[in-house]
Amino acid sequence: MSGKKIENWNIVLKVPAVQASLNPAAQELIEKAEKEGVETAWHRYLAQQPQCGFGLLGVCCRNCLLGPCRIDPFGNGPQKGVCGADADTIVARNLLRMIAAGAASHSDHARDIVHVFELVAEGKTKSYSIQDVEKLLTVAKSLGIPTDGRDTLEIARDVAHVLAHEFGKHDEEPLRLIMALAPKRRKEVWQKAGVMPRAIDREVNECMHRTHMGVDADPVNLLLHGARTSLADGWSGSMMATLLSDILFGTPKPIEYVINLGVLKEDYVNIVLHGHNPVLSMKIAEVAMSPEMTELARKYGAKGVNVAGMCCTGNEVLMRLGIPVIGNLLLQELAIITGAVEAMIVDYQCVMPSLATLADCYHTKLITTEPKAKIPGAVYIEFDPANADEIAKKIVTIAIENYPRRNKARVYIPKHKSKAMAGFSVEALLNILGGTLDPLINALKDGTIKGIVAIVGCNNVKVKQDFSHITLTQKLIENDILVVGTGCWAHAAAIHGIFTKEAAEKAGPGLRKVCQALGIPPALHMGSCVDCSRILLVLGALADALGVDIPDLPVAGSAPEPMSEKAVAIGTYFVASGVFVHLGVIPPVLGGKKVTKILTEDIEGILGGKFYVEPDPVKAAETIINVIREKRRKLGWPV
Amino acid sequence: MKTEKKLIIANPKLCTGCKSCEIACAVEHSKSKDLYYASLETPSPIQRIRVLLKDSYNMPVRCQHCPDPPCLAVCPTKAIFQTPEGFVLINDSLCAGCGLCVDACPVGAIQMHPELKIAVKCDFCVDRVRAGLLPACVEACPTGALQFGTLDELRSKARASTRTKFEEIISPNTLREMYKTVGWV
Repeated sequence: MSGKKIENWNIVLKVPAVQASLNPAAQELIEKAEKEGVETAWHRYLAQQPQCGFGLLGVCCRNCLLGPCRIDPFGNGPQKGVCGADADTIVARNLLRMIAAGAASHSDHARDIVHVFELVAEGKTKSYSIQDVEKLLTVAKSLGIPTDGRDTLEIARDVAHVLAHEFGKHDEEPLRLIMALAPKRRKEVWQKAGVMPRAIDREVNECMHRTHMGVDADPVNLLLHGARTSLADGWSGSMMATLLSDILFGTPKPIEYVINLGVLKEDYVNIVLHGHNPVLSMKIAEVAMSPEMTELARKYGAKGVNVAGMCCTGNEVLMRLGIPVIGNLLLQELAIITGAVEAMIVDYQCVMPSLATLADCYHTKLITTEPKAKIPGAVYIEFDPANADEIAKKIVTIAIENYPRRNKARVYIPKHKSKAMAGFSVEALLNILGGTLDPLINALKDGTIKGIVAIVGCNNVKVKQDFSHITLTQKLIENDILVVGTGCWAHAAAIHGIFTKEAAEKAGPGLRKVCQALGIPPALHMGSCVDCSRILLVLGALADALGVDIPDLPVAGSAPEPMSEKAVAIGTYFVASGVFVHLGVIPPVLGGKKVTKILTEDIEGILGGKFYVEPDPVKAAETIINVIREKRRKLGWPV
Repeated sequence: MKTEKKLIIANPKLCTGCKSCEIACAVEHSKSKDLYYASLETPSPIQRIRVLLKDSYNMPVRCQHCPDPPCLAVCPTKAIFQTPEGFVLINDSLCAGCGLCVDACPVGAIQMHPELKIAVKCDFCVDRVRAGLLPACVEACPTGALQFGTLDELRSKARASTRTKFEEIISPNTLREMYKTVGWV
């Protein structure tokens, strides 16, 4: 194995930095980590080798105390668990639990935003306010809430009431947001397939019930409920997280920012915002950049306070304030390894517990803020949206006071940073197009743009960091396919220069022409991972405008480097929404042959979308391009 | 070659890398020989077999019980000896903890016990084998990747086995092969 040297019994783990990441800044810091004897996710991945094959194939069941049970994938050993569940039942149950966890994460994030929105509507907090009244009115109208002549906060209270009920309502009626926002033909498909979601929490809860010992053993029935659960996430949970974040913090507009580890500043107090929810990060960014805090930083010998984003909370803030951003998932540990971070402030999701150990090796304070996400070794300061300003001040002060503890001899900040452009909400896109989707539809129809591909998702140590994201994106734009996306893909694209107007030169002739006319990059940053809901809205609007269903559109989705259960939920709601979805990391399902066939073939007949697994991004690009060609052919559009 | 000599062979094509053999080995070499109690013992019991990844294949690696063991040759205190069955064993009370055997072993199968500071390696589960039982690692293997027997027995077993056609199976090794273009391990 490359990078693994065996010295007798003791294995020395060495990560070949150039092979592990495409990002030169990451490569430099992986080497710094090794010099200083600290470990990263790449090192721990080597230490985990080989990873258990039962887990990789999804044929290990730990759902009851009769087990754990494993199915021998080679057919020599046991083929059934103690209860009699076979490989397909076990794989389907495990996948359903992954979807449940992903949907729960997005939707619990949404719940926290609904809570803040309620506080604002009821006048119980001065820290937040309604920034986008127009969007509030649009959402209210789509939910059938009267708006004429009513007070903004009164409307907000009604909206909050309806959205809060999406979580736990116990009737059989479909979710209100889905009825309001999903395209008509999709809703009919979902009704017919019996996958129309009824309540967000209910679907997640039912996943746990169905996968309990002795409940649902039918792989098809299990997977269909997975589709239902994911739809509750995409079209309601994630959707309301996006809608309300826009209303509370402003709907993103095109904005420029700088990204990569080089955004950390030598003489400044560096604060890294990491996690997902904008409620915390927007406030910290606001307070940290205030003159009062700059003054305090000067008192401690720094030139000021530098706030940098990380992962999706970075996306949330950069989309609205254009703050500098470090980048995606696998850069979180490396940020601390620079030795220049005074505080990393986290809420939840994708926050590696290893950060506490690393923070201990340097002077960094890791500050957790959420009652549901504590990390041993971190400083815990509970964030309360009702007193957000005071708590944010307290947190930023801790970071500033930590500045004198920085060991200048151990600081190394890579020089690499890139300029990028973000802020492409649906509203911003419409604005650029002149108020209607028609120019985009015409460009699609006449073949100037061949199709649209949404790329989302994480980093995964199994793939050279950013390699699959970038290779796939480049191949697609070269073939006149407009790329949109969110999450950690967006950080990769920004770091590697794709989010610039100049990148349009690398696009095919049609896409280049469109991008240059509109002054946009060939790939568009639509936000954080909950903002995949923005992509759903674009798909729905395109389908409605053309009078077709989403599966007929020349579009596809891809997660080239997926890692989290949230990515599994997103992939599933895209498939259930009728999209062909590529995965670049093999999900733990191949142990169940029937399940694999359903996900990659049969499901298309029911829901219109299906999964396609291919680790090689070049091959994946070819397949995606062919799928788009085929859909164009069926629409009678020039290929 | 003496065909009555007992062997443990490992088939990397059948190894899923679950490391059940590592756990079973550590439990077998604990005081209690019970998983739940063993996890509470001090010093913690340690395994003498480990699954390594090499060229996309998982390979359980342990002492090969060489007929002419290099470890035995370098041991200054004569702590390493051979049993009539051909098993190479270490007499703990004679081991001085010098570590010469660790360096001499061509497969890296000997380790220094981190707390007891003596050399530790696979003892072929000599007590179990003499009692007519399978070695702990072989017994624990869920896919039959580890097999125990004489050369003749293992040969005839291999000939009789027709069930598995490796080409048709998406094994962990196949999965890793698929990542060759983009992965780094």
